[in-house]
Amino acid sequence: MAEYEVVHSKSPVFYPIYERKADLKHQTHYCPGCGHGVVHKLIAETIADLDLQDRTIFVSPVGCSVFAYYYFDVGNVQAAHGRASAVATALKRACPESIVIAYQGDGDLAAIGTAEIVHAANRGENITVFFINNAIYGMTGGQMAPTTLVGQTTTTTPWGRRPVNEGYPLRVCELLATLEAPVYIERVALSDNKNIMRARRAIRKAIELQRDGAGFSLVEILSPCPTIWKMTPTEARDWVAENMIRNFPLGVFRDRRLAMPGNGGPPQRSVAEVLGLTSPSLGTEAPAAATPTDTREWKMKIAGFGGQGVLLLGQILAEMGMREGKEVSWLPSYGPEMRSGSAHCHVCLSSQRIGSPLIEHPNVLVAMNEISLRKFAPSVTPGGLILYNRRTVPADLGVSNVRLLPIPAAELADQLGAAKVGNIVMLGALLELTGALSFATAEAVLQATVKNPDLLALDLRALQAGRDWARQLPREVR
Amino acid sequence: MASEPRGRVQIDPNECKGCGLCIDACPPHCLVFTEELSPYGVHPAHYLGSGCTGCGICFYVCPEPGAIVVYRLSPPPKVISTTEASRAATL
Ligand SMILES: Cc1ncc(C[n+]2csc(CCOP(=O)(O)OP(=O)(O)O)c2C)c(N)n1
Ligand code: SF4
Ligand code: SF4
Ligand code: SF4
Repeated sequence: MAEYEVVHSKSPVFYPIYERKADLKHQTHYCPGCGHGVVHKLIAETIADLDLQDRTIFVSPVGCSVFAYYYFDVGNVQAAHGRASAVATALKRACPESIVIAYQGDGDLAAIGTAEIVHAANRGENITVFFINNAIYGMTGGQMAPTTLVGQTTTTTPWGRRPVNEGYPLRVCELLATLEAPVYIERVALSDNKNIMRARRAIRKAIELQRDGAGFSLVEILSPCPTIWKMTPTEARDWVAENMIRNFPLGVFRDRRLAMPGNGGPPQRSVAEVLGLTSPSLGTEAPAAATPTDTREWKMKIAGFGGQGVLLLGQILAEMGMREGKEVSWLPSYGPEMRSGSAHCHVCLSSQRIGSPLIEHPNVLVAMNEISLRKFAPSVTPGGLILYNRRTVPADLGVSNVRLLPIPAAELADQLGAAKVGNIVMLGALLELTGALSFATAEAVLQATVKNPDLLALDLRALQAGRDWARQLPREVR
Repeated sequence: MASEPRGRVQIDPNECKGCGLCIDACPPHCLVFTEELSPYGVHPAHYLGSGCTGCGICFYVCPEPGAIVVYRLSPPPKVISTTEASRAATL
């Protein structure tokens, strides 16, 4: 008996059903005969064959393929128009072990995103860019793209593109091939079976090169857009063959190995080492961590008025984390006013690499004033901690599932002689209540950063005052 | 066994958008549009039932991830061990 085996079927890199809409959950949103679907399938096949599904981050653009993240069951980020290769740069640098794919149309990459692609290529980012050239803006209904052919009618060139008015079609591969850094640039076309198989090889090669750490690669794919071109799917495919290829010659524009110094991702030294903070000659050797095996991830938000030392408290925490060998980030956010405006900062302390320094849901909130308390308390994660710079908390503040502790930091600081060290009182209380970092580290950081001996003495007393206040809190509220 | 078609395709009328690219690309011309409309109002592609070589071209030209499944006649089992070889010989 003859037995048949499946040789081609839906890739496991696609979701089984697409959650985008209530109905038609099994079809993509692309028009019949659209080139995007073909390219999606070729990319998915490669990711599956190379066993990269769990490592891939796909950056969708703005354009008809804006919803690619509904289809690819990989990591997904949707970038603002034209920014996919810049976003891909950030993702690759933050997660060097990932396979980062930027997928961009010609409006996206060659018009609004011209700067991003040129510089990503010029820096030799180890990313893969798939550039879908359909000579038109599809999503917005058919305006001229930089790649629109001379004479081609679009809604914005109703009498055909005229070089005298709109310039000539931009040849992206040729342009990028003038740069030093790219390792692989090829133009392929979805014009017929043979060329689709060439596209398949190019897509595979570009992803393999990234996997091998080779550097920047881009594959331009001449792709049909039957709807906007007002053609049948077969006519559109033939138009790619007859008109697009003539204007955009197929071929390999760059294929070479390049040994760029430092091409292998960010330096593998800790930030503290880079800044020289662990050098014994500075007398600031890292004290032991509070709990060396601590794997908790701290996401702290510190908020108040400018002038309350909100940003400085964050910096001190971040530097303490660095000295204890943690991954840290500090992200300030403040209005244009330097004083009395509201200010806050985000501090992450982690034993793992930090994906984003932006914290939406902190597990520790330090609210130095009531406005900040009311604004950010609802965002604290369940089980989190809020320290509020007052003796009592507002009676009408309804927060549940978090510990909300009043710490009269400014008042205690005032008693010590200067209300401005309220932030350091808070630091003492925070360290005592969380055990996130050690007091020895806090003292070392203060000693290294506060040059005035009187102020240093005051800060050290403030630290102790916060610690003492937290210690005398009844057990049940701690 | 020699008369058995080397390949077979299955086209899901709920996934197919009726673009016709597969029909145009199939070398032995063994795909056609159906007479009936699909629930989505298109004439989906359909395998005539013979002539498929299992080349996979229709799969690669089709823009829909899940519309086409291509089957190929399994190659005869590879000889790995003597027991398997004798088992294969008896088939
Ligand atoms: C900042 C910004 N500017 C303009 C737009 C409008 N817009 C949406 S898609 C698009 C062009 C898409 O064309 P292309 O990149 O060629 O992709 P296609 O739709 O053809 O696949 C534009 C201009 C936008 N969404 N955001
Ligand atoms: S408008 Fe063009 S590019 Fe957009 S989905 Fe339709 S065919 Fe594809
Ligand atoms: S696998 Fe090849 S022969 Fe079979 S239907 Fe598809 S294109 Fe035709
Ligand atoms: S190529 Fe795909 S979507 Fe188009 S007719 Fe064939 S099966 Fe249907």
